[in-house]
Amino acid sequence: MNGVHDMGGMHGMGPVVIEMDEPVFHSEWEARAYAITVAAAFHRKWNIDMSRYSRERMPPARYLAASYYERWLFGLETLLVEQGLVTATELETGCAEARSGGTRALGVPGVAAFLRDRLKARLDDDVPPKFKPGDRVVARNIHPVGHTRLPRYARGRRGVIDRDHGVFTFADTNAMSRDKKPQHLYSVRFAARELWGPDASARDSVFVLLWDDHLEPA
Amino acid sequence: MSDHHHHDDDPIGEHDRPLSGPALRVKALESLLVEKGLVDPAALDELIDTFENRVGPRNGARVVARAWVDPAYKQRLLANGGAAIAELGLAGRGEEIVVLENTPKVRNMVVCTLCSCYPWSVLGLPPVWYKSAPYRSRAVIDPRGVLKELGGEIPDDVELRVWDSTAELRYLVLPERPAGTEGWSEGQLAEIVTRDAMIGVAQAAVPAGSGR
Repeated sequence: MNGVHDMGGMHGMGPVVIEMDEPVFHSEWEARAYAITVAAAFHRKWNIDMSRYSRERMPPARYLAASYYERWLFGLETLLVEQGLVTATELETGCAEARSGGTRALGVPGVAAFLRDRLKARLDDDVPPKFKPGDRVVARNIHPVGHTRLPRYARGRRGVIDRDHGVFTFADTNAMSRDKKPQHLYSVRFAARELWGPDASARDSVFVLLWDDHLEPA
Repeated sequence: MSDHHHHDDDPIGEHDRPLSGPALRVKALESLLVEKGLVDPAALDELIDTFENRVGPRNGARVVARAWVDPAYKQRLLANGGAAIAELGLAGRGEEIVVLENTPKVRNMVVCTLCSCYPWSVLGLPPVWYKSAPYRSRAVIDPRGVLKELGGEIPDDVELRVWDSTAELRYLVLPERPAGTEGWSEGQLAEIVTRDAMIGVAQAAVPAGSGR
């Protein structure tokens, strides 16, 4: 979706300010929001791409005004209700109508393994690559209303395959229909001038991770 | 004169909404999830403790320091980041990590324009600036401006590569080993490798006045 989360190249957001000696969490609620979000994902009612898509659907004015963990909270509440782990009434009242009859909750012994494996997207499927390093490609000019990992700034732009990372779950379909649609993932190099015009540095480039379905031969 | 007892311009004042604000929402949601048996509070504590006390940029610094002192390790790290990181016994196993080597002619800088993807296993949870709209919007269109603003202006003849983390691969920048660190131990070297150097918005440097 052409949402405000797709920020690459936008103007007017202000300076980058690095906080010295920044704490891992700025308050107790941030820590708890992070932890319940990760722990709730253990039930496998949604995948990481559905999780990202839930945050992208935050109304744009709220998204821009929200902090990182406020977006996480919005996404978690959305998924809990959509995927039936919590009812809308329970979310509103804070009172459980019934205990969950599903899978067991993440326990302490499972934390390390779950943190390690939750993002696994590499697949063993034997799918041939459509491109090889050095190939010239163009990122498709598509504007899906659902989730996509093809940023707007790269659409319709010409690049070169830098590296083939192998076969991965395709995030765009995994977010919308849980279809992993196994295919190759590449680092695609775009010259800064191809993306941003003649004022950009001639030496510089932006590398974007894109899948076969995002690309066409140039 | 304003009338302090007039509340028409504040129809939903904070004092009228006891469950407003993220802190109260999170507290209510956690209680609900615990009551429903969906989360275990002890596991929540463990998840928090992992990143508050055990996993953070010190992990990445160990990887960088090892690569600086051991050329064979550096080659393995550049060829397969995840596997080489796992050699050090760090939690990197499972996370796909691509290591980007800085040289005198090439600098690398990492961003996630679409959300906030970040190599948790080697750097911990991302800092606010990395997740902020200013960094996410500007890193791809004006990376040199961002670096200059952060005090790390780079010369025109150095190539800058920006890496947008748009998939389940994470990037770690291998900064250049600073001059003046010859003979330092791996532990001493790890101390000068900062989080920001491993994201690519700063360089590793010998602290001013260092007596080593």
